[in-house]
Amino acid sequence: MARSSASSSERLGRSPLPPSGPRVYLDYAGFSPVDPRVVALMRPFLEGGVGNPNAPHSLGLEARASLDGSRAKVARLFGATPAGVIFTGSATEANNLAIKGVAQRAAGHHVVTSAIEHISVIDSCRDLEKRGWTVSYLDVDADGRVDPDAVTRAIRAETALVSIMAANGEIGTIQPVQEIGRVTRARGVPFHVDAVGAAGRVALHVDTCHIDLLTLSSNDLYGPPGAGALWVRPTVKLAPQILGGGQEQGYRAGTENLPAIAGMGVAADLARIEVAGEAARLSGLRDRLLSGLLEQIPEARMTGARGAARLPHHVSIVVPGVKAEGVLMELDLRGIAASSGATCTVMTGEPSYVLRAIGCDRVAAEGSLCFTLGRWTTAGEIDTVLEAVPAVVTRLRRLANQ
Amino acid sequence: MPLVADLKIDCLGLFCPMPIVKTREALRRMTVGQILEMSSDDPGSEADMKTWSARTGNDLLGIERDGPVFRFFVRKTR
Repeated sequence: MARSSASSSERLGRSPLPPSGPRVYLDYAGFSPVDPRVVALMRPFLEGGVGNPNAPHSLGLEARASLDGSRAKVARLFGATPAGVIFTGSATEANNLAIKGVAQRAAGHHVVTSAIEHISVIDSCRDLEKRGWTVSYLDVDADGRVDPDAVTRAIRAETALVSIMAANGEIGTIQPVQEIGRVTRARGVPFHVDAVGAAGRVALHVDTCHIDLLTLSSNDLYGPPGAGALWVRPTVKLAPQILGGGQEQGYRAGTENLPAIAGMGVAADLARIEVAGEAARLSGLRDRLLSGLLEQIPEARMTGARGAARLPHHVSIVVPGVKAEGVLMELDLRGIAASSGATCTVMTGEPSYVLRAIGCDRVAAEGSLCFTLGRWTTAGEIDTVLEAVPAVVTRLRRLANQ
Repeated sequence: MPLVADLKIDCLGLFCPMPIVKTREALRRMTVGQILEMSSDDPGSEADMKTWSARTGNDLLGIERDGPVFRFFVRKTR
């Protein structure tokens, strides 16, 4: 694998190694390579000499210090208090804990969310509905944006929680979190934000945005998979969903996955330091890829919002007349990894609920392509994709018409 | 005449798309003409199963409902 020019990369302040190797990897939203600087820090935690953070001996005390160090680093990314960070096994688990946990302690039986949340939020809400709760799934506009006024109208006296994601991973739209936060704070309703898509890509501050609960994923920050976190404001009442040995202040029992959590802490630190430069660099590459694709495939349309209302690393389009599955297979043969945006649709063949919510018809949704850029994406890779995608689309259309 | 299933699968507690995914997997293991009974308590599964059966051409022979629980009877057609 080509892993040269370490010194020049280091001068740029970027990670010295490109973990994806010779392949053009544009599926960062599906999985991010773990930053080699994170791997280096995790190694001693895996190779021994580290104890259980809850053990009463010196190894345990060291482990406890590492755990709390990570807590502080993760909290700092959002200007939050470290004590409110609950480490979990994934962002999905954190979303379940936020929604079911708040619901179980609340007097009212109503939740407000949007129609394009991550499936872990949607399914947690559906689970509440089965238990007699009412859920308002707010519609979004053609760009996938939630209207803060719609949140105002949806809140009732018995509303226990408002849960709106910071940004959508399938269409790249950033939500007006601060405006929604003003509404929820004025009405005294706890505000949960699934920040997985936005973390490390756009700046987000829990006090400025009036956020009361915030979900985070380690891997989306170039940390290891197997760790996530829920930050909870001290005033919010929460019921634990996993019971046992009282770890994480009793809100998430089970011995902490310290190697992954330590990695997540460093990843959060790197994300905080590099977010501004990274966003500027990626949005330049994003705009070049997007305008190039739309120019060369005239029938293609972008999905989601534009410019500053869009995640800086995210390109999503629909191409009528081709099936995403075929395009992705052809691209894979040419060494390019991309995605169709939603895993749910891969399993059922049904169009994704996110694309349906922004008014995409079934035929258009079949040609949904999603390119997510990241820390190791280069301009050369964008050129490769700009050559390959139009050629693949033309070829598949010709085959379909034969 | 009550429908008699050759295979029953339990999808209680699961949400879309899992009842459909498990139905599809079960039918794959069955032979044409056999009947599958799938139970689900996802309120969306009635609409999902109707759409899916129409699209795939499998016969949705009947839907029974007992409180929140649906039982779908599907005959494999191909």
